[in-house]
Amino acid sequence: MQFGIFTVGDVTTDPTTGRTPTENERIKATVAIARKAEEVGLDVFATGEHHNPPFIASAPTTTLAYIGAQTERLILSTATTLITTTDPVLIAENYAKLQHLTDGRVDLMMGRGNTGPVYPWFGKDIRDGIALAVENYALLHRLWREDVVDWQGRFRTPLQGFTSTPRPLDGVPPFVWHGSIRSPEIAEQAAYYGDGFFHNNIFWPMSHTKQMVGLYRRRFEHYGHGPADTAIVGLGGQVFMRPSSQDAIREFRPYFDVAPVYGHGPSLEEFMDQTPLTVGSPQQVIDRYAAMRDDVGHYQRQLFLMDHAGLPLDIVLEQIEILGTEVVPVLRREMAVGRPEHIPDAPTHASLVAAAGGARDATVHAEDDVTGRAAENVEAAR
Amino acid sequence: MTTSRRIAVVSAGLRQPSSTRLLADRLADTAGRQFAARDVDVDLRVVELREHAHDLTNHLLSGFPSASLEQAIGAVTTADGLIAVSPIFTASYSGLFKTFFDVVEADALDGMPVLLGATGGTERHSLALEHAMRPLFTYLHAIVVPTAVYAATSDWGAENAGDGDGGDGAVPTGLTRRIERGVREFTELVSDREPRQAADPFAVPTPFEQLLAEN
Repeated sequence: MQFGIFTVGDVTTDPTTGRTPTENERIKATVAIARKAEEVGLDVFATGEHHNPPFIASAPTTTLAYIGAQTERLILSTATTLITTTDPVLIAENYAKLQHLTDGRVDLMMGRGNTGPVYPWFGKDIRDGIALAVENYALLHRLWREDVVDWQGRFRTPLQGFTSTPRPLDGVPPFVWHGSIRSPEIAEQAAYYGDGFFHNNIFWPMSHTKQMVGLYRRRFEHYGHGPADTAIVGLGGQVFMRPSSQDAIREFRPYFDVAPVYGHGPSLEEFMDQTPLTVGSPQQVIDRYAAMRDDVGHYQRQLFLMDHAGLPLDIVLEQIEILGTEVVPVLRREMAVGRPEHIPDAPTHASLVAAAGGARDATVHAEDDVTGRAAENVEAAR
Repeated sequence: MTTSRRIAVVSAGLRQPSSTRLLADRLADTAGRQFAARDVDVDLRVVELREHAHDLTNHLLSGFPSASLEQAIGAVTTADGLIAVSPIFTASYSGLFKTFFDVVEADALDGMPVLLGATGGTERHSLALEHAMRPLFTYLHAIVVPTAVYAATSDWGAENAGDGDGGDGAVPTGLTRRIERGVREFTELVSDREPRQAADPFAVPTPFEQLLAEN
């Protein structure tokens, strides 16, 4: 079971002080948060991707590569990579490069993005959201698995004899999760490929999460990847902790009440009842999250949103410390209780290499680097 | 042979008691009698929007319904026919009424027979039914029956008010005649159609090969 942090990368005013961090502060804070995650023993750091204010989450592979250079164990991931509006060729190149630089500490979570104008800004139409996710991922999947790709589709200029470089590290593409809150088509997509499915349930009731995960598990089995209970499932969550729950609620309420997304809406109490948001003692967090598997089955990855609602960096780091030292060690033990032997862990680079029968160098050599003799001719000549 | 139909009634009145709810109840009672005459059992679900006003605002802001609102939405989307009644405020249906239909999935009312009703202080607002309410349901691809029923305050005190069924000897007023007529159109339409089958995308997902092929 993997535990980690995911961040949206929003620049939000601290409502208790009125202070808004600068973009530079927020970008540096993101790195500090990731380093802290590794320091306290968490497994994963995932960044979102946005292309509009108030977010600093554009250029995710730049951020992840920088973090990768300053960490040793942490798996670097995304939450999410915009498969709809990003050229799949660039995704193939950028994340394969990141794999090489970080010795395979990379996976990705695909998402469609829900900011309407981003689609036209990148020359796309939001009404094609599902079709874009389906077509673009089909291409990405081939680019990482076939050295030379001929391809034609609806949304991108055709490719003839195209080789995406660098080739995936050790000949093994990064593991992919598909994230969707409410589209059965995306659960179906994840199941079809035998990829992971992440339900970002932070703003949703468990009844809905259960329905989406249930569909993914059934279809995972249908497509022959193994029994439904071996499908690879991830969940989101968000918490704020103090030794006493009264203190946690008193301190967090001013942030909750005006937070982006849910602020000015349901009360903190209603929201805690309806979503995984848990504001209270570490023990309350442990109890709440240890029970998630009662609804979705044994799962593989739990990510927490910690830097939300304008909380200042020092508090966020303190919260991650509590998470890593007091909560996650207990959750690891609890989640292992009654977990059958055949339930897999989330795939990592090492496990994927082992499953592929060992590492192999996947470099595609062109015979003449100056004239750039086509890779397909090199292939044919082999 | 006895058949059965699920009928949802949505009432957007703000007061208790409410003349909007009064009209909704008159429409529902009349529908119950007419369905019975056709040997159709009716499963009637009444959604009083006032009870969901806070949850509707929360839904707009947070993006998901509370459990009780979800139940109310489900009562409407799984119905075989809908009776929808709103007060007329500022030349149109009330904001609460619109908010409810804003959070119902856009295709959930596709092909659903709908009977419209509205209330207002004077008769002068009656065409809001035709200019505002009917287009809303046309957009949702519902099938709105031709007669929509408007009740002004004065209609409730009109002379010779009665059920209009002849049993009490009273001469039907304009309002009771309109109720009878609108409900007749509605019950005929609902009775003649097969019960609606609500699509469950989680039970039967579109196979991925089909999603790929659609590209």
